[in-house]
Amino acid sequence: MRRVLAVAGATVAFLVGVAGPAVACGGLIGPNGAVNLLRTTTFAGYHDGVEHYVTSFAFAGGGGAFGSLTPLPGVPTKVERGGDWTLQRLIRETTAVAESARFAAPTALASKGDAEVIMKVKVDALDITVLKGGGKAVGEWATEHGFRLPPDAPEVLDFYARRSPIFLAAAFDANEAKKRGQNIGDGTPVHITIPTANPWVPLRILALGKDARERVEADVYLLTDRRPNLLSTTRIGTNATLSIEYDDAASESLLRDLRDDKTGDWVPDSGWLTKVTVSGPAGDLTGDLAIDANGVQEPSMVAAGFNIAPGSPGFPQPYDESPAPAIAVAVMAGSLLTAAAVSSFRGRRTA
Amino acid sequence: MRLAAFWPVLALAAAPACGSAEARVTTTDAVLDVRWSAFSESSVKVPRGVPITFTIRNDDPIGHELIVGDAALQSRHEKGTEPAHEDRPGEVTVGPGETATTTVTFAEAGMAYFACHLPGHYRYGMRGVVHVVR
Repeated sequence: MRRVLAVAGATVAFLVGVAGPAVACGGLIGPNGAVNLLRTTTFAGYHDGVEHYVTSFAFAGGGGAFGSLTPLPGVPTKVERGGDWTLQRLIRETTAVAESARFAAPTALASKGDAEVIMKVKVDALDITVLKGGGKAVGEWATEHGFRLPPDAPEVLDFYARRSPIFLAAAFDANEAKKRGQNIGDGTPVHITIPTANPWVPLRILALGKDARERVEADVYLLTDRRPNLLSTTRIGTNATLSIEYDDAASESLLRDLRDDKTGDWVPDSGWLTKVTVSGPAGDLTGDLAIDANGVQEPSMVAAGFNIAPGSPGFPQPYDESPAPAIAVAVMAGSLLTAAAVSSFRGRRTA
Repeated sequence: MRLAAFWPVLALAAAPACGSAEARVTTTDAVLDVRWSAFSESSVKVPRGVPITFTIRNDDPIGHELIVGDAALQSRHEKGTEPAHEDRPGEVTVGPGETATTTVTFAEAGMAYFACHLPGHYRYGMRGVVHVVR
């Protein structure tokens, strides 16, 4: 039975910072309006044990430099410029309808030591660095490299580092973007290839630096071999912060177009397309999107963001813990949380 | 230091961030640990007329500051743009993983405040109350 299980009431891609002089009493360029990120669009394709994570860094005007930190479920084998039309093609495919595997093993790096730079790539006006380290170490690296992190960053970085110590830092030079002729709204797609047992999409990071009532708007596209199961601490459903806007077999024309795009040679001959829309207050984004790509098992509780409070016994847990205990923990967590509601949607077809 | 009777701009937000009880012990050496952009104490009790040393130990990977004083001072810093604080009593900047101290003498009994006014930090809850007793 396919299932989308959502737990609400518990207690979150971009972590916006600013490259530039790291001065106190400074401010984020993003939230202050000089440079703004537009609506976030992310594509997480999964095939043959590899997640293909494509996101776009959109230039919204302004000058100077800004950046982002994206938590990853594992060490990427490649970071490169993505195809130009993949994200747009996905939007077109779904607009008509409605509007890690295993995480990299958490290590002692969770709280101590320096962040390790394991990859550096230049993509257009983006300087991309893949880091391995605990939340504190990655935060210190970012601070030392000019990212001005918001006050919730230490907690959010720890939230992710306790599960996977891998982060992707991207410093975007708006002046360089201008020199390259990028206009407002133009995006730079980045394709991250990550071997992992299941795909995973960080969501809580989208709320970073925002007030609890400030809205987060994002679209997440999933392309899997079969219809996936989804899980998040953020409620999934009708009129919920996470809503499934498209859920159907991927059309041959879509797959052909994705395959023909740059870096699209991995796209299979058949697949399932799911569009998850994020729309709601930042305070609702307390977890991430855990996915079972085969649609057979329950997605990982840990990947979704459950049970990772500091000092939790046995934490960190592996990404792919057995499904039965995961469900039990889910119910327990839901029961213990005030006003928590556990809802299970079993109406979806078996793929 | 004269203490303002009220804090017109930040009055509503001046309540202790964590809601913990008022400090019971009077001290001349207040230590404030910072983790996840939160002070370890929501209030401290200090005597008037003697130098009070405030120590801020920053366990975060981001910078913070400690501003100790009356409502008017806090309001000024919340709107201020000074990049760093070093040479004025009651005002100190602390880098990631670092410790810093500042010393203040309160001339009168009453209520003062401590807070971090880096962008968004006060609103995030980095604030507390200083109860100055006779």
